[in-house]
Amino acid sequence: MQNSKELNQDQENSEKLQPTTDFIKRKDKIRKSRNLGDFIFNNLTKFFASLLLLLVILMGFMMYLQALPSIQKFGWGFLTSMEWDPVQENYGALPFIFGTLYSSLLAILIALPLSVGIAIFLSEFSPKWLEGPLSMLVELLAAIPSIVYGLFGMFVIAPWLRQTIEPFLGDKLGNIFLFKGPPYGLGMLAGVLILTIMILPIITSISRDVLKAIPDSQREASFALGATKWETVKIILASGKSGILGAALLGLGRAVGETMAVTMVIGNNPQISTSLFAPGYTMPSVIANEFTEATSDLYLSSLIEIAFLLFILTIILNSIARLIVWSITKKYSKGVEV
Amino acid sequence: MMSYYKWRKFKSSAMITLCLISVLIAIVPLFVILLYTISKGVDAISWDFFTKMPKPAGEAGGGMANALVGSGILLGLGSIVGLPVGILSGIYLSENRNSMFASIVRFLTEVLNGIPSIVVGVFAYGVIVVPMHRFSAIAGGFALAILMLPIVTRTTEEMLNLVPASFREASLALGISKWKTTLFVIFPTAMKGVFTGILLSIARAAGETAPLLFTSLGNRFWSTQLDQPIASLTVFIYDYAKAPFDDWNRQAWAAALVLVVIILFINIIFRIISRKR
Repeated sequence: MQNSKELNQDQENSEKLQPTTDFIKRKDKIRKSRNLGDFIFNNLTKFFASLLLLLVILMGFMMYLQALPSIQKFGWGFLTSMEWDPVQENYGALPFIFGTLYSSLLAILIALPLSVGIAIFLSEFSPKWLEGPLSMLVELLAAIPSIVYGLFGMFVIAPWLRQTIEPFLGDKLGNIFLFKGPPYGLGMLAGVLILTIMILPIITSISRDVLKAIPDSQREASFALGATKWETVKIILASGKSGILGAALLGLGRAVGETMAVTMVIGNNPQISTSLFAPGYTMPSVIANEFTEATSDLYLSSLIEIAFLLFILTIILNSIARLIVWSITKKYSKGVEV
Repeated sequence: MMSYYKWRKFKSSAMITLCLISVLIAIVPLFVILLYTISKGVDAISWDFFTKMPKPAGEAGGGMANALVGSGILLGLGSIVGLPVGILSGIYLSENRNSMFASIVRFLTEVLNGIPSIVVGVFAYGVIVVPMHRFSAIAGGFALAILMLPIVTRTTEEMLNLVPASFREASLALGISKWKTTLFVIFPTAMKGVFTGILLSIARAAGETAPLLFTSLGNRFWSTQLDQPIASLTVFIYDYAKAPFDDWNRQAWAAALVLVVIILFINIIFRIISRKR
């Protein structure tokens, strides 16, 4: 890279000299045509790269336009209204916003300690030969399509929860607000469990990369002071904690937007209940279920407004997360694949 | 009583064990899901599944030949739009590593990768289905292209960055212009990696359901027309999983097996190739 820049400079310098003979003129012509090639190629690739930029802006703009009827009619009340009534044409997104945030935050709460545990094992304790295959297995979890998770959740996890886990929990811990009500199987708990499995790989792989980016000198210093392996890990974690926060935010972004698997297991009932047994509804699920059935323009516009909210939410989450992860890995000046 | 030193040692090994347990907790679901899908899918899969059309509701038998072809068409459309844009953007990002504009685009690629696929579907609906006044394969392909774009761009950039600087220097030293160096020296060297990145993006698009629900919609009949609704494997699984017929549920598992085998195969190849470098 450096060299090519210098080369360019040389070319520019030589162009400033006055060519005196035909020979030099001819060479100059070749050089110019070459530069023209560079110019075209560079701008062509730049054009395609700008398409990406344009796409993101266009996405936001188009959805805003189409959500406008709903935004104008309901205003901020859209976010706080419990009503979702296609017959009366009254739409409020609160049950869906609640369902999305509740299921995603619970999933993060379970997935984060697990992922950090795996990341610590992979970066600090695992033998070299085992690290590759183990990382690959965890990452393969991310490759399984959402619809297959949904299928598994619907036919295996939900019946298992209904028959075994939920009656047991309701029996022993029925007084806690989390475990109240009859066991349905299809409900918040099934959604949370599926989401947990689905966001585990992304939090794990980014946390692992962050931990690996922390220089060995910190580990060596800690060992030299007589710390045990775990005490050393605590020091490493303290250095990497902002990166792990970034990883958790990225996981949250995934969980918030997850559609098919959640739609198939969460029960699809627009109510606000803190019980894990109760069926819930999420923002992506209501779009997936009702979009083709939306009969009126306002109905469709409200659904598009939910999509627009999701768009804004995931952009914010992802931007913050990427900036955090980039800044920490830059600090330790080592490239990390995110 | 245990000495403090021993207590510290004990705590350390206990925490290491906990970390190991979390690894197991993550890997168990992977194997359970895979084994369950295989056992259910192998039961239901047959030659008819690949060659026959879906039977009317309630009748046993039939297959999903139309969905397999439909998925192929949708992926083809997505690739035609998504791959060139992704590869050229990736080249741009790799050639201009330090420019401000490249950093912005790189950042947006990551952001685009994080946008939920259902939102991409809503966008494709607004841009293509609304003006065309009907659901179509084109709209589905467009949505898939957007989902493939960030993956292709990122892997292309990464794979080009892996090519040693000495290749570029040698080529430039021979007087070959920059763009020819990029296109005929750097790119061919990274070709294998770029190709697996393409496969990876196709694998992701193949597993998407949400953006197809209201773009390509689905179709129970044979259709290869691009301006008509078209069947796809994933929407097929969704419809058949919800249906109250045992035979349809069985076929959903068969379709899931086909999907999982293709996708995992591509992913494993990608990981083996990108690890070797």
